[in-house]
Amino acid sequence: MIISAQKQLEEILRLINNDPVFLIGCSECATMCKTGGEEEILIMKKILEQKEITVTGYVILDPACNLQKSKIQFKNVKENLNKAKKLVVFSCGNGVQTVSEIFENLEVISGTNTLFLGEIKHANEFEKNCIMCGECIQEIFNGFCPVSRCPKHMLNGPCGGSRDGKCEVSSNLDCIWNTIYLSYKKKGQLNKFKQILAPKDWSKSLEFKRVI
Amino acid sequence: MIQYGNLERVLSDGKFAVTAEVGPPKGCDISKFKSKADLLKGYATAFNVTDNQTAVVRLSSLAGSVFLLNMGLEPILQLTCRDRNRIALQSDILGASALGIRNVLCLTGDHQSFGNHPQSMGVYDIDSIQLIKILKDMRDEGVFQNKEEIPHGKPQLFIGAAAHPFSDPLECRVDRLEKKIDAGVDFIQTQSVFNIERFQEWMDEVRSRQIDKKVHILAGITPLKSVKMTERMQFHIPGVDMPNDIADRIKKAEDPEKEGFNISLELIEKIKAISGIHGIHITALFWEQVIPSIVKEAGLYR
Repeated sequence: MIISAQKQLEEILRLINNDPVFLIGCSECATMCKTGGEEEILIMKKILEQKEITVTGYVILDPACNLQKSKIQFKNVKENLNKAKKLVVFSCGNGVQTVSEIFENLEVISGTNTLFLGEIKHANEFEKNCIMCGECIQEIFNGFCPVSRCPKHMLNGPCGGSRDGKCEVSSNLDCIWNTIYLSYKKKGQLNKFKQILAPKDWSKSLEFKRVI
Repeated sequence: MIQYGNLERVLSDGKFAVTAEVGPPKGCDISKFKSKADLLKGYATAFNVTDNQTAVVRLSSLAGSVFLLNMGLEPILQLTCRDRNRIALQSDILGASALGIRNVLCLTGDHQSFGNHPQSMGVYDIDSIQLIKILKDMRDEGVFQNKEEIPHGKPQLFIGAAAHPFSDPLECRVDRLEKKIDAGVDFIQTQSVFNIERFQEWMDEVRSRQIDKKVHILAGITPLKSVKMTERMQFHIPGVDMPNDIADRIKKAEDPEKEGFNISLELIEKIKAISGIHGIHITALFWEQVIPSIVKEAGLYR
């Protein structure tokens, strides 16, 4: 899932700059991580109206990253959309661009920051688990990905900053190489640790389009 | 025939080597850097020039190394993967070798979040082990990382790397050292040693695998200058294992500098007695002036 977080209210207000707005949410990832579901959009609507900002309406796209479906959904709210000067989108960065692609004459504001592709650990806790590098090599690491989960993308074992199973960059972050090493040990595969991995082929991360 | 420098010769001759670290200035005024180099000349075989250590911007390690060369000191160019991709790293190595730099220390690098530009993007295109292998292939096979032949002169390099005997997970640390050797490293400088018992245990494992026969290992020495610095090393530097008794000695000392000096000498004595150790690497953080007396008192001045 794409994990996002709402921007600070002051930042959103600064971007809106007292103009009439139409709010756009997303039924999938942004709903799951509580940044742009119907519940959050209604709360935002209320807050903005208290600040005397005109909210002309709202829609929860299903989902915001689907261009054709979004076009159809927008048709149903055309009247309210036309009253707005700015569209505030509470989805991932992709949804913002889908909206921009549809509305050439309206100003589009992102109400969220898109953080990472991650796992829902608990209802209110998410963790980055993939950076979409284009070439999955997780089988080498028993399914724990150092490309995305090590801040230095180390492919050949932990750096000197691993301490008590945690990463020196953040005490909230497990040292993924500690996890990988323990997994090798548990499965009797310590020989896997000894192989030297060649530099990663980052050209695989340069795909910009896929057509089936 | 590879043109190596003195460091390779001293280590190959089986002599106990001394290397020391000199940090380049945070700016273009190199007068202090030069006076430090003047002070240290002759007290170590080669001198590490740090590469934006702790991710703080300083004069480049390549420029610092050239200043040392011109003053008659042999540099060890430190090279981190934090700020450069494989193109820039290989390019810098060609430049360094052409300028006469013969030693390089391959590091992944301190994470940018610890430095003075925490907003910067880290590169980490490759890691230190991959860098070792790339440099070895450039030197021995005459090829770039992409396997393309180097058409106009391959680099002459003595390849070094760091080792972390005290970092977690402890049990993988000799394996990781072994990977560096398999990648082609020639010499190793370890993290600063304070816990001599644990260092001996690590070396026992190193010797049991005959690793000390395949690579030259220099043990890290950091003279403790003050209580504040000791506490920083004890609690805030990952991979440093400082036993309480050493920290207590500094805290109780009337003259912490003198006590720090004595502790360094005691550690060097114990390290010299460990079989398989080929030298020491002195990292005197902002206290390079102490290096000459440590080297002399330790009987390592030649």
